[in-house]
Amino acid sequence: MDALDGNAIGGLLQEVFGTDMTSAASVCGTCGAASLVAELAVYTNAPGTVVRCRSCDSVLMVFVKIHDRTCVDLMGLAVLGG
Amino acid sequence: MAGTAVRRRLTWQVAKVTAVTAETASVRTITLDVPDWPGHQAGQHVDIRLTAEDGYVAERSYSIASAPGEPVAITVERLEDGEVSPYLTDELRTGDDLELRGPIGGYFVWEPADGGPLLLLAGGSGVVPLRSILRHRERTGSTVPIRLLYSSRTLDDVIYRRELDQPAAGVEVIHTLTRHQPSGWTGYARRVDAALLAEVAWPADALPLTYACGPTSFVEAVSQVLVQSGYPPQRVKTERFGATGGT
Repeated sequence: MDALDGNAIGGLLQEVFGTDMTSAASVCGTCGAASLVAELAVYTNAPGTVVRCRSCDSVLMVFVKIHDRTCVDLMGLAVLGG
Repeated sequence: MAGTAVRRRLTWQVAKVTAVTAETASVRTITLDVPDWPGHQAGQHVDIRLTAEDGYVAERSYSIASAPGEPVAITVERLEDGEVSPYLTDELRTGDDLELRGPIGGYFVWEPADGGPLLLLAGGSGVVPLRSILRHRERTGSTVPIRLLYSSRTLDDVIYRRELDQPAAGVEVIHTLTRHQPSGWTGYARRVDAALLAEVAWPADALPLTYACGPTSFVEAVSQVLVQSGYPPQRVKTERFGATGGT
């Protein structure tokens, strides 16, 4: 499927971080590419929501909802925010 | 992000439908009364949540079609295999309740102070947040020059057609119809590509601010062309709707 972008998960990110994150900066932990969160590739049809780097395709963030809880994995990121 | 980030808890709330307007055969604008709406920026969206009787929940994002200060309105295109949009376009009536949260997004937004000139690029229902920008410009008395290039399949698929036929001073609306053109059509009749953008877009040295919204393939094609032709990437803002428009 065609990837969406970080705008599509603005609500989810605001729910998790308590503030708008679409205009936040990110740096890929694998290749070092810098990007605004709004510009990252987002797949919502995966089990959960998967956010990937547009340069090297590494997984940057994963969000999985289990009942009312959102599990967050940010291991692919070197930097988020700022 | 410092100036625009607003710390506000995002909660689901129930809005009341105050009007449903047909834009095209498959597109409706739904106007909402949202209690305690904090106000929105042009370009933001809301999340809509439908809950079935058996508890199954489906969420989708829809761009806000109205300008800041106007009642909240969303414009929804019916997707034949959609879980949410057929209910919104075919079943929802004035007086019904609708669960939503928002406004959402601080990236794909425009304020008059951001300046221009603006290049707005719309593929199909990607025109919705750009319409909010156009109305915001008019309501605030901004004189920032705007060119809107709007790609639709046919003339009957053009959303907000009457409104776009009467643009404000300083606004140019350029249509391209990619699948079928009525007889006597003098506008463009092809997909937006490098050649078309070379004719329509502001020159790169005017330092335009671009907002491109539509299907993923459309947005990636136009943003690549613009950056290759010298537009600074940080002034080309993009929002992708996926394969079909209306995520």
